[in-house]
Amino acid sequence: MGVKLLLDKAHIEGIRSFEVYRREGGYKAVEKALKEMNPESIVEEVKKSGLRGRGGAGFPAGMKWSFIAKPEGVPRHLVCNADESEPGTFKDRYLMEHIPHLLIEGLIISSFALGSNDTYIYIRGEYAWIPDILEQAIEEAKANGFLGKNILGTGFDCNIYVQRGAGAYICGEETALIESLEGKRGNPRIKPPFPAIQGLWQRPTVVNNVETLSAVVPIINIGGEEYAKIGIGRSTGTKLISACGNINKPGVYEIDMTISVEEFIYSDEYCGGIANGKKLKACIPGGSSVPVLPANLLLKTVKGEPRLMNYESLADGGFATGSSMGSGGFIVLDEDQCIVKHTYTLARFYRHESCGQCSPCREGTGWMEKILKKIDEGQGKMSDIDLLWDIQRKIEGNTICPLGDAAAWPVAAAIRHFRDEFEWHINHPEEAQKRNYGLAHYADPIHVPA
Amino acid sequence: MSEQPLFKVTIDNITIEVPAGTTILNAARKIGGEVAPPAMCYYSKLEGSGGKCRTCLVEVSKGSEKDPRPMPKLVASCRTTVMDGMEVKNITSEKVIDARNGVVEFLLINHPLDCPVCDQAGECHLQDLSYNHGKEGTRFEFQKRVFKKHDLGPYIQLHMTRCILCYRCVFTADQLTGKREHGVLDRGDHAEIATFIEKSLENEFIGNVIDVCPVGALTDKTFRFKNRVWFLKPMDAHRDCPTCSGKVTLWNRGDEVYRVTARKDQWGEVEDWICNTCRFEKKNTSDWVIEGPRLIDRHSVIAQGHYAGSIGMNKPNETFKAVHNGREPKLLMDIHSVSNVNRPEITLSKLDRPAHSSDFKPNQD
Repeated sequence: MGVKLLLDKAHIEGIRSFEVYRREGGYKAVEKALKEMNPESIVEEVKKSGLRGRGGAGFPAGMKWSFIAKPEGVPRHLVCNADESEPGTFKDRYLMEHIPHLLIEGLIISSFALGSNDTYIYIRGEYAWIPDILEQAIEEAKANGFLGKNILGTGFDCNIYVQRGAGAYICGEETALIESLEGKRGNPRIKPPFPAIQGLWQRPTVVNNVETLSAVVPIINIGGEEYAKIGIGRSTGTKLISACGNINKPGVYEIDMTISVEEFIYSDEYCGGIANGKKLKACIPGGSSVPVLPANLLLKTVKGEPRLMNYESLADGGFATGSSMGSGGFIVLDEDQCIVKHTYTLARFYRHESCGQCSPCREGTGWMEKILKKIDEGQGKMSDIDLLWDIQRKIEGNTICPLGDAAAWPVAAAIRHFRDEFEWHINHPEEAQKRNYGLAHYADPIHVPA
Repeated sequence: MSEQPLFKVTIDNITIEVPAGTTILNAARKIGGEVAPPAMCYYSKLEGSGGKCRTCLVEVSKGSEKDPRPMPKLVASCRTTVMDGMEVKNITSEKVIDARNGVVEFLLINHPLDCPVCDQAGECHLQDLSYNHGKEGTRFEFQKRVFKKHDLGPYIQLHMTRCILCYRCVFTADQLTGKREHGVLDRGDHAEIATFIEKSLENEFIGNVIDVCPVGALTDKTFRFKNRVWFLKPMDAHRDCPTCSGKVTLWNRGDEVYRVTARKDQWGEVEDWICNTCRFEKKNTSDWVIEGPRLIDRHSVIAQGHYAGSIGMNKPNETFKAVHNGREPKLLMDIHSVSNVNRPEITLSKLDRPAHSSDFKPNQD
């Protein structure tokens, strides 16, 4: 069994209520942080822990916190990004649904560290029932003196508000989230200025993922240095992985980032192997926007080392032969899955979710979807593959926000690793309607040059 | 007032000193000519505009004197401010030209390309841009998107199919009229400019959205289909207007005023906003005090003589000779007799969207 810091109490009955959470040692971190520490030392502790943002980009959280501008007399804000919309990612949902007080506790400590008296949770509209759970937790915390005015007699005031989104993937991008929170159309802002300087209502703002803010609680409890000892290298602490797809045991798992991908997929403690005795074909290790990897590249890096479930190892080889940890949405595809259809589905998603602000993303995502649909329906041409490659290349890096990149990467990776499958689809349009390309050579051992 | 520090910035190997806080685009415009990146959405008079169309992307090969690292991605020059010692590559960078060609292709895939019947033709920024950066063919093989028609009242015609979603008109309405009744609905490639609840726009200054529109999406209903802009003679004129500055450009043919627009500078930007009365209702020469011909740095493809010579200088016959370049082409096939386009039983006018090649296929029944 690996170390558990976030979900260690998730199985306890009634943990959703304040009494049980408090009885099990909850809110001790708030007491410690507010009474024994000051904002600077908390930021220092988070820096020491090496905690990296769990929303997808993996930016060191302590560093992000230290960037926040502190002009005199201007309120600062902390915003919790609970707009978890990345296909394949559902870890925050689990966290908020089962142990909401962990998030609230993390938010109080982080608000104290950043000097935010009004803290917001922006939650996606599709999680219709979770705001009620969170609001109840907030009420309970307030009733017990952990929120509101003069928390624990320290003179620190903090209120947490829950804001529902209306169901837009783009509002998970931090500046679009801020726009939406201000009541405007959720278009990403052009950076700079960054939210740390001008965020919510032009005030300095930090936007963090649910899991990142929850992880602050164990960091305060055990100390940043202890936290940093868990994991490998710059991938410290534990990470929630939401595993789904063709596996025996889909679900949310907390891992310390030392286990291998192979162990994660095949061991009974985690995914429990591929469902129905099938073979592994491919996997998207970090939510739909990160590159898909064929089985051979997933389990071993090109250097022949086993790939581990952490930021560095998953990214080993860059996007040419590697992928990314992303948000931890682990999507497994077995031998019966069709990469073309799969890529089409993702392209359709990104087309639907593009905000339409900048031209490459607005027009490019729609174009890619149309071409992929054509190939999937057996009407494709060979030149379409090169065209797709060219379109994604012209979207990537040329857009305002990372949604353009997120739309381009899955298409690029699918063509990079599964080009023969696309070609087979185009050359055998009728056969492709009846059966899948299958496992092909994707699971063959990779040749490691000496 | 303390003097603002001057920053030295090098764009395409030309060095210029600009005050701190200037954007790369505006620095490049000071140099002028080809160095200035094209801008479809940025409008210096509108706060918050820019950054959306991505045609002004440039490469920053040196961040600044202090931090010489290049910027990892191409940046939108209209929203990136210069740093001291910054080195920027615009037309000297292959990456930039490649990306810009890509952006133009993206902008055109859903654009109807109905320039022959579009009032904006001849002064359309998208036309210029696609002439400079576009391909002659298209790789887009699908039906272009279409929109339901919206009525914006008696003066302004909205053609959403031509729109490139630059948001300029939204900013204009927001900042100029103080009473915004139109905005962007929906998202992605089905986003559209529309009035909320189909309301007509009624504001004294709303006509300016026509001038800021870089394409033919917003056109003047009082000028619609009346004449082509290159046949008209622009004249500076003014009148004593109680609402606006009254400084306009009249577009005349003979003595007849065909349309009234605001005066635009060399980047196609309005100098002074004008009111609806001046724009739509004063169409007699007697309403105006003529100042003289307006020298317009015509950026349009037609005026620039991309097709052959400068317009008005060469007669059509000479133009043809120049185009033929010594060849004597013969008419090999009368296209009208073989093309399906001219089959009378296919009524393209009944289509509620731009025509597509599949519309020309022979009827199956």
